[in-house]
Amino acid sequence: MVVCDNIFYHMTIDLKTVKHISKLARISLDEKKAEKLATDMNSIFEFIEKLNELNTDNVEPLTSIAETTLRFRDDKITSENIREKILKNSPEKNDDFFVVPKVVE
Amino acid sequence: MSEITSLTLYELIKNIKEKKISSNEAAKSFVDRAEKSKKINVYVTENFENCLKLSKEFDDKPNFDLKLPGIPIAVKDLFCTNEVRTTAGSNILNNFVPTYESTVTQNIWNEGGILLGKLNCDEFAMGSSNETSFFGNVQNPIAEDLVPGGSSGGSSAALAANLTPVTIGTDTGGSIRQPASFTGTVGLKPTYGSCSRYGIVAFASSLDQAGPMSKDVKDSSILLEVISSFDKKDSTSIDFKRNNYSSELTRNIKGLKIGIPKEYRVDGMPDEIEKLWKKGIEYAKDCGAEIIDISLPHTSYALPTYYIVAPAEASSNLARYDGVKYGLRSSGKNLIDMYEKTRSEGFGEEVKRRVMIGTYVLSSGYYDAYYLKAQKVRQLIKQDFDQAYNKVDAILTPSTPSSAFKIGEKSNDPVSMYLNDIFTVPVNLAGLPGISIPAGVDKNNYPLGLQIIGKPFDEQTVLNIAYSMEEKINYKNNITDWWMK
Repeated sequence: MVVCDNIFYHMTIDLKTVKHISKLARISLDEKKAEKLATDMNSIFEFIEKLNELNTDNVEPLTSIAETTLRFRDDKITSENIREKILKNSPEKNDDFFVVPKVVE
Repeated sequence: MSEITSLTLYELIKNIKEKKISSNEAAKSFVDRAEKSKKINVYVTENFENCLKLSKEFDDKPNFDLKLPGIPIAVKDLFCTNEVRTTAGSNILNNFVPTYESTVTQNIWNEGGILLGKLNCDEFAMGSSNETSFFGNVQNPIAEDLVPGGSSGGSSAALAANLTPVTIGTDTGGSIRQPASFTGTVGLKPTYGSCSRYGIVAFASSLDQAGPMSKDVKDSSILLEVISSFDKKDSTSIDFKRNNYSSELTRNIKGLKIGIPKEYRVDGMPDEIEKLWKKGIEYAKDCGAEIIDISLPHTSYALPTYYIVAPAEASSNLARYDGVKYGLRSSGKNLIDMYEKTRSEGFGEEVKRRVMIGTYVLSSGYYDAYYLKAQKVRQLIKQDFDQAYNKVDAILTPSTPSSAFKIGEKSNDPVSMYLNDIFTVPVNLAGLPGISIPAGVDKNNYPLGLQIIGKPFDEQTVLNIAYSMEEKINYKNNITDWWMK
């Protein structure tokens, strides 16, 4: 992939890139799945390439369709004590906290 | 009187108000029929016992002033329902029981609706055939081994099979309108910001919108009136004056200008879709509308834009599924390993594919080339519609480029699956209201839909045109209950 003057030339997404992306996305992949994903992603990006035909140099990006400025709210606590509700669905917890595998040796 | 389950919502409300049918009788009829309809796999979670109990309570103390008095309703399993399991069609949320209620469903219960159960859908609403659901594919009631469309495939199938009088779906790129088209039912995606996104499992936040699905246009207007509301809990909810859509519904559309965009005549479009569209134009003329040719020049860029914007937003939204706060957790040798295994085992193939695409287009060095570029093209697509609406009041197109396809037919080719949404995706990118109404059948007698697209916040005009054309089209589904035999 080379980016120049806001035009991108798509080069094949190789296995190494797929594995790097899967690390970023925190999804473990075995070799076979990684290969399948590389094939799928390449066919999808080939299809996305079409956008290169358009010159968008002077176009403002559309970030929100709603065209409103976000509202402010008063900085006030509105919820009751919901600790129990928040913890209710956690896969592992003690009385007051989520429990995760040890992170500090 | 015809069977309770085949009544429209409007007829059912009328019968309940006139005390000809009780809420409990209605609930029983839908539950009985569902028990005989397991084969089409519409339910992920049944709420039958509770529904029967609540309907009895309604009958003991009825309130006929409500808009949905004691009406049993099944909803897509993407809406969080307090104390009722909500899976979004995913293994990662297999055991998730929300402790809060989505605003849209709360609006339904406030008006007297009673939850029948949670309907199957593509995993995290990512799909066009309901084949990506962890809970298995759904059968289209129209014919065996046919997909019901997606992602709201359980919703469209439940409607067509008379398992719920109306339902709600969500639409990010066509997920209400495409399944409606595939099942001979009506599906409306409202203007972005009309229905609150609070409590809806998020897919692509700048595109997601909830909407009604029904057997006819009038029913959609009744349900829209209930679910559309301004909500402080959704930062993109818009505070505009909402109509009483059902009481303002009219078949007087004389003089309305309806645009026909030439770019929707895509290469390789089957003849029968072209014919259907022409027929639709004649119907619109018969209703007194004026037909005007228009151009939406960036139409062919909508799908590539969508397949950058939607996966990018999805990869961010789905980062929350980490095996810590809720949902599935797989064991790993350390924290990172636990994350990676949880997400690998919890997500299905299509969801992984989209999270990967999204992560890639947002990754360092590629953001400008992909995401920013897509946002710029999205602007051009929106401007196309803005300019068209200087000349016309609404736009008429086919809903889909084909009728429903066979289960398994497209599941190995993601791009051919994505092409299903070619006519619906531009509407989401521009945030507009759009409805699909059944308009005819193809050579196999499978339903085909027409789409009416409106100006922002002008759901009333969209509904009125649909209501007028529906009368002329006079479409009737031919459901044989094959799954009960």
